[in-house]
Amino acid sequence: MSKIVAGAAIRGAKKIIGEAQKLYDQALKEKGKDAAVEFPETAFFLPMAYALLGLEVKTLGDIEPVLNEAKSLIKEEPSNKLWLPYLGNALDGGMAALLGEEIIMALRYLYGKEPQEDCNGFFTDTIMRTLGIQLVDGRMPGVAAILGAAPDNKTAVEIVREFQKRNILAFVGSNVNGRSIIDQLKEEKVEMGWDTYIVPYGRDTFSAIYPLNWAIRGALTFGGHKKGEALKCLKYCQERVFAFGLVLGELDDVKYATGAGAINMGFPIIADTDIPEIRPSGICTYEHLVKELDHKRIVQRCIEVRGVKVKISEIPIPVAYSAAFEGERIRREQTYVQFGGKFSKALEYVKGVDGKGIEDGKIEIIGPEIDEMKEGAAYPLAIYVEVSGRKMQQDFEPILERQMHNFLNEAMGVFHMGQRNSCWIRISKDAHKKGFKMKHFGVIMHARLHDAFGKIIDKAQIKIYTKQEDIEKLMPEAEKAYNARDERLAGMTDESIDTFYSCTLCQSFAPNHLCVVKPERLGLCGAYSWLDAKACYELNPAGPNQPITKGKVIDAVKGEWEGVNKFIYDKSNKTLERFHGYSIMSNPETSCGCFECIIAILPEANGFMIVNREYSGFTPAGMKFSTLAGSVGGGAQTPGFMGVGKLYVTSKKFISADGGLKRLVWMPKDLKDSLAVRLKKRCEEDGMPELFDKIADETKAVEPEQLIEYLTKVDHPALKMPPLM
Amino acid sequence: MSKESKGTTDLKKIAADCGIDMVWERYADQTPHCGFGQLGLCCKNCNLGPCRIDPFGEGASVGTCGADADVISATNLARHVAAGSACHSDHGREIARTLLLYGEGKTDSYEVRSEEKLKTIAQELGIDPSGKDLKELARLVGKAMLDEFSKQYDGLTFLNRAPKKQQENWNKLNITPQGIDRPIVETMARTNMGVDSDYKNIIMGAMKAALADGWGGSMIATEASDILFGSPKALRAKVNLGVIKEDEVNIIIHGHVPLLSDVIVTASQDNEMLKLAKEKGANGITVAGICCSANEILMRRGIPVAGNFLQQELAITTGAVEAMVVDLQCIMPGLTKVASCFHTKLISTHPKAKFPGMEHIEFGEERALDIAKEIVKKAIENYTRRDKKRVNIPKESMDLVAGFTAENIFYYLGGKYRATYRPLNDAIISGRIRGVVGIVGCDNPKLQSGITHVELVKELIRNDVLVVQTGCAALACAKDGLLVPEAAQKYAGNGLKEICETVGIPPVLHLGSCVDNSRILIACSNMVKEGGIGNGIDELPVAGAAIEWMSEKAVAIGLYFVASGALVVFGSPLPVTGSANVAKYLTGGLESIVGGKWAFETNAQKAARIIIRHIDKKRNLLNLKPAMYKARVLKV
Repeated sequence: MSKIVAGAAIRGAKKIIGEAQKLYDQALKEKGKDAAVEFPETAFFLPMAYALLGLEVKTLGDIEPVLNEAKSLIKEEPSNKLWLPYLGNALDGGMAALLGEEIIMALRYLYGKEPQEDCNGFFTDTIMRTLGIQLVDGRMPGVAAILGAAPDNKTAVEIVREFQKRNILAFVGSNVNGRSIIDQLKEEKVEMGWDTYIVPYGRDTFSAIYPLNWAIRGALTFGGHKKGEALKCLKYCQERVFAFGLVLGELDDVKYATGAGAINMGFPIIADTDIPEIRPSGICTYEHLVKELDHKRIVQRCIEVRGVKVKISEIPIPVAYSAAFEGERIRREQTYVQFGGKFSKALEYVKGVDGKGIEDGKIEIIGPEIDEMKEGAAYPLAIYVEVSGRKMQQDFEPILERQMHNFLNEAMGVFHMGQRNSCWIRISKDAHKKGFKMKHFGVIMHARLHDAFGKIIDKAQIKIYTKQEDIEKLMPEAEKAYNARDERLAGMTDESIDTFYSCTLCQSFAPNHLCVVKPERLGLCGAYSWLDAKACYELNPAGPNQPITKGKVIDAVKGEWEGVNKFIYDKSNKTLERFHGYSIMSNPETSCGCFECIIAILPEANGFMIVNREYSGFTPAGMKFSTLAGSVGGGAQTPGFMGVGKLYVTSKKFISADGGLKRLVWMPKDLKDSLAVRLKKRCEEDGMPELFDKIADETKAVEPEQLIEYLTKVDHPALKMPPLM
Repeated sequence: MSKESKGTTDLKKIAADCGIDMVWERYADQTPHCGFGQLGLCCKNCNLGPCRIDPFGEGASVGTCGADADVISATNLARHVAAGSACHSDHGREIARTLLLYGEGKTDSYEVRSEEKLKTIAQELGIDPSGKDLKELARLVGKAMLDEFSKQYDGLTFLNRAPKKQQENWNKLNITPQGIDRPIVETMARTNMGVDSDYKNIIMGAMKAALADGWGGSMIATEASDILFGSPKALRAKVNLGVIKEDEVNIIIHGHVPLLSDVIVTASQDNEMLKLAKEKGANGITVAGICCSANEILMRRGIPVAGNFLQQELAITTGAVEAMVVDLQCIMPGLTKVASCFHTKLISTHPKAKFPGMEHIEFGEERALDIAKEIVKKAIENYTRRDKKRVNIPKESMDLVAGFTAENIFYYLGGKYRATYRPLNDAIISGRIRGVVGIVGCDNPKLQSGITHVELVKELIRNDVLVVQTGCAALACAKDGLLVPEAAQKYAGNGLKEICETVGIPPVLHLGSCVDNSRILIACSNMVKEGGIGNGIDELPVAGAAIEWMSEKAVAIGLYFVASGALVVFGSPLPVTGSANVAKYLTGGLESIVGGKWAFETNAQKAARIIIRHIDKKRNLLNLKPAMYKARVLKV
């Protein structure tokens, strides 16, 4: 029983530390103690060592204290008879294993031996942040780290498909006697990558540290825990990161040791072999180590043991359906037919109507079905959805409509891009072979609208047009609606309403943070506008979006309201007292960790820069996004630094208390390009059409001196504004 | 059913053949016991008497002063409690004083073996440890600990360890001890002739004195000992008279305070002493303990245990003990009679405890090691006087694992980084473990000389109750093989077995000597703090039993557990049953006031039922599921 496990974990830890020591000694000899050691694109050095020990490993020499701590955690193996308590020792062995494995991987990076072929290697901070929001909003209910190999390829594929169906991210790797699940999936041509929720980390067990030192960073970024707060970080993982390990095939000592490390983080281990189980709970929330010999049941068992909350809606279509297929690409040669894009006219339109006129679930195909279409051709398409419900409001139409992107994309073999009359849809040959038809667009929309918006809609009826003349007929009405919506949204200001909405969705991750979503300042993740939040409140009155009555205005310029202050105090576990909605310098709003962009003060430029998380280069603040992010997340109020949604840049309330757009001196070129139309318009509105070009990007300057030089040259207005500090 | 071991029977026969009366014979001579004494109905507290109340209602119903059965039995009980508390507290004071002496540089026989504990305790006592060297810190902590004894108003520092609910209740009832000594003095004062005549009020006062023991004197004894002699860690050792070695000098240490026992162990390992032993023809020196001295050096140094309280005379009858060194508490004056028939040298060491017929070598902390060497030397020299023909060492010895504390449980359950009580609380919540019970106290010929403990413990662990132990009760169960990890497989219910197998622990955990019952108080508080099983000790599914109790110290221990909210089961009743009111109050009325109460039951099976019913009631009140598994059926 678990004595065997404890013995194996301690032996495995010894092996790992032995290997780490060997590589370390060799590296020290060959590269010297000052050689730089780092993982790519992270602000957390060796994240496990950083979180648990508070150590910033930058050079080879810095590894020594980590190695020493790991060695001190290796205790005696339990004896055959009259043994002494071994659980604590085994858990310590697990921690040693994690620290040791991290050292091994860092040293491999030093020698350019990582990532391994077909594998992702170390998971960057950017990936972690991007996935963070999916983990909190339930799109990704859990994370599986799969080690080993299934008994056959078919089983391997079945298991990952089961995870995909449930939107559970599967990290795959390690091996059994040299055979890795990575190769099993590769041989079966399973598409792997972040988009498909199947990510290969490496073919040996040591590299299983990647998912784990990815998880521990969640505690630092979203949880707001500080380096060295080991217990808090580990418990954060247990309570908020729904990860678990699935070991396929025989376990060796190193796997046991790694498993013991995972258990320290609250991640249970499920195996498909006849191992001794550890069922009592305490370090993990439920069982620690269980076996499930039936591969058909194993995914379900994983979900039970970790307590993953999976919301699964069965949709009666002939292809698999899950968020894991959202990022699936369908290339031209795989395409059976396509609609829209630059190939034909297409539109999608959701309209709230009187319930009397429609029949719930009715799906009409007006024009040819897929069987009457030619392979490889493009056809016109209009997906016209009429919905009704007592709580349905016109304001919700765009929200429902925008969901069409996710809803359709999540079908395996369907690709969707864009929106409104600029959408582009492909159906793959595989999907067609399996029997996917045009009517299934309707089936999906009907099922998902009810599932996601059941509280506001009672009926949904879908018409699918595939003839050119029908599209032409419908287009003017749809365009009229699109324009009207834009005008309504554009006309909405913070002053024009008396209620904001909170978003505490991320409190499952960042317990002291909340967003105050306003018409002119969307949620920092970019996913929640004021209208979205309002709709969510209607949908789920006890949910994370709650109305905040603004109450008395305390400071109109800085954006401070009595009602907001009271609300944030109550809902931030009494850690926040004041928010200035339009300022970054005084009482700025906080961040969870999911922010699309960071605004940071550049004192020498008397202004601010903004950087989006996709930008991985250096910024004039002397830091990369990932490093900057460290001072922003976790619900902390740090004047001069703030996480925001992209579109906030184009709001009239963009740091308006600190001078607004005129203070913006630098942003990455990609970001600037993507916002160009709106941003230029805002510059014009502020009476400075030339400002757009005066904002520097990385092609103009990265170093602060360069930046000042550039700003001076173009006569950027920030330089002449009152000093920020 | 467990029986007396063959070794014990053999030794009893040897003694009988020599015409020696031991505790069992003397006990028989005392029976039937005085009925008035058993019922608590005689009062000798003033010279108007002695008075006694007729329990049958035919003779006097009040004493000369007019005190009735209620007053007399409550007064007697209170005085027992005061004596017990005084005993533990005096023990604590001596260790604290030694810590101070070490800090002042007045002794080099001791050192700080647990720096971590010293620092933790310092902070708890309001002393900032940063920038202070060990000696200075020891001085300040020793001083602060001694101040706890003489505090008049402020309340004991360690009371802060108790759950808020208990603290508030004690304050409300006005039984929060102001210091350690004062409530003991108060108890003696209020039970003087013509003072307190309200039995409830007397018992309240007694509870204050008892709390001063559990959360004061005993707790300081434990903590200061951990600082000086090391915080225990789980370790292996052996127990029973079989640890006495035929070819070595055997020194038995008996008594309670580790100040003596620890340095005797050190002295016995001295090369010079070992050389001397060789010269005298011995292969080495064995030190083994009896009673709580045994527990102190077992817990911290893994020194073998010769036996518990009732084995003190038997040890001498092995004919192989060169010296029995005693300090105080639980030392039978009858020892000298037994020793007079053997070569064993009896050495008393404590100024407060002299025995006619024993050689007295007074122990002093300042010269502790030198004195210890002198004692060891005497033992070695006595080896040549051993009569080999009269050596009868029983074969029985048993392995055990000891060394559990309220603090190291954190590590054993979660390792360095997840140190926690969570798995324990989870085990209780899930019903794998039904509850936790402390089986403590003495062994007593009135019951089965230790075997009642064994029966009770077996019955409890079969029902998935985790047992923690101290004192002679622990040693009784250790001798029966209940303190080895393998015992889980053999005796424990399925749920408890799963937990033992997960953690690698025996189903019965040895927490130390009788002052270490304070560890159980802390463990209970930690369980409350971990959460999910109630807001106070009174809500936990826990209980205690000292079924073979005999000492006044046991009465004090029992009462501080009751006052802290626990059910406490004694075997033979407290001497209060002559007053229906007092008996009812102790076994019922107190529960609504402090959460705990007593129960009296001599039969181990029935006592187990009482405990299990109580635990199940508490589980029910907490809305916990019933125990996960049915009780295990053990083959007899």
